[in-house]
Amino acid sequence: MTDIILKAFNQTLYMVFWSTLFSVILGFIPAIILTLTAPDGLKPNKIVYEILSFIVNVFRSFPFIILLVILIPFTRMVVGKSIGTTASIVPLTISAIPFIARVFEGALRETNPGVIEAARSFGASNFQILMRVYVKESIPRMLNGIILLIISLIGYSAMAGTVGGGGIGDIAIRYGYQQYKTDYLIVCSIILIAFVQAIQMLGNFMYKKMS
Amino acid sequence: MIKIENVTKSFENTDVLKGISIDIEDHEIFGIIGQSGAGKSTLLRCINGLESYDSGFITVDGKEVNLRDKKALRQLQKRMGMIFQGFNLLERLDVYQNVALPMKFWGMKTNTPEAKEKILRLIKLVGLEEKVHAKPRELSGGQKQRVAIARALVLDPEFLLCDEATSALDPEITKGILALLQKINKEMGITIIVVTHQMEVVKQICKKVAFLSNGKVLSVGQPEKLFVWPKEREIRDFLREESDKLPETGLNIKLFFYGEGNQRPIVTMMSRELNRDFNICWAKLEDFREDVYGSLVLNIDPDDLDSVCGFLDKHDVTWEVIKK
Repeated sequence: MTDIILKAFNQTLYMVFWSTLFSVILGFIPAIILTLTAPDGLKPNKIVYEILSFIVNVFRSFPFIILLVILIPFTRMVVGKSIGTTASIVPLTISAIPFIARVFEGALRETNPGVIEAARSFGASNFQILMRVYVKESIPRMLNGIILLIISLIGYSAMAGTVGGGGIGDIAIRYGYQQYKTDYLIVCSIILIAFVQAIQMLGNFMYKKMS
Repeated sequence: MIKIENVTKSFENTDVLKGISIDIEDHEIFGIIGQSGAGKSTLLRCINGLESYDSGFITVDGKEVNLRDKKALRQLQKRMGMIFQGFNLLERLDVYQNVALPMKFWGMKTNTPEAKEKILRLIKLVGLEEKVHAKPRELSGGQKQRVAIARALVLDPEFLLCDEATSALDPEITKGILALLQKINKEMGITIIVVTHQMEVVKQICKKVAFLSNGKVLSVGQPEKLFVWPKEREIRDFLREESDKLPETGLNIKLFFYGEGNQRPIVTMMSRELNRDFNICWAKLEDFREDVYGSLVLNIDPDDLDSVCGFLDKHDVTWEVIKK
């Protein structure tokens, strides 16, 4: 049992780590565009903002389990196969990008507009304001968003087990539920609870440290 | 010198500035005062190009403030430091880093010995040498504004624009900030433009003041001339001068004292000479920078008007009859 669970935990870590990393990098770009083109942004542009906003909303409203199925051809294109732990990183990342884009947009737009005006009054360029004011001031809030993302990705990774992704959630369902091994169910649950707690505590600690 | 000529600006359908003309000389402390919504902050933002204007001209030493010429505008903004009502410091940077920030926008090194020396000298100038590595949230409002002042000075500006810089501070702290601004003006020769709705600010530091109302300049001049004996209804309303409880009977006559006039016991002299008693029903003394200015209201018998006015004119006292 220890071996099975340890292997599954590693798979969960693997899926969550890579999908977090990719989605944070890829979600940062639309977040920046949304922030810039928002009505209160540095380059307000209603058309760009509304279109991008619509796309983000569409992807966010897809139930993950359906996204998983729809993306099978795309996943095969990217990683060469549609089943397995690595393959499940693709749908996890795709579902997380619009989520993190929204969360980052919210974090960035919370920046005090007075500080932005002060930077402009000193002759800062838009790019300088973006990096030195928006992003720099928002780092603790964005970090909170990443913690939120990791925790929901742990949940989604359990569903990814259905396409052979493996992981703790997969074990809980296959052994605990389908084979009536209650001990597996309990151990898996405890591990997930402890994992989420640890991530949240780490997040809170870092938020305090950084702000 | 900053020249503002016939500047207009409107947001959507409201005219915010309706033909403003003001000249601001070098090295003076110039006040722009008025009710909120008078257009003062908008005017200030037009001066350093944070806001565009629709028509007219604003020139700084002959160079026009033009938002389309980004390069020239940036150079101009470098010459003008600005401080704000809300301080607008970066929460995640400490005092030193906040002061150094404008240098980073200009690609200047902030870790050379010269840069360090300069930043620390400015922090010392505003009296925060003990707080060099404190974060804004550890500072009081007055201290935050001091950091903002040091930050506004770090690019060696010739002008300092203050947008309601003391409006969020209590009176005692305000005095300290005003004293600091005065020191900066005197020792560094920096021209300071103060936008405010607080009379105290104008009285304490401004050499010249423009009163804005409804997007227009109602009056420009020395604050003592403008506010001790204001002729304009709007300025009086703004000052909320005179008690509403002046006597209903008799005549109320207002006397103004400034300069030499302060030194003479006019009322008692008049009382003795005319052999009359007067009821002093309202009085006010005000400090304008170094001088004290005063005004008081006497209630007199309408029959005494001629003799009282004769006496006042003879002694060069400015007066007016308050209309009911």
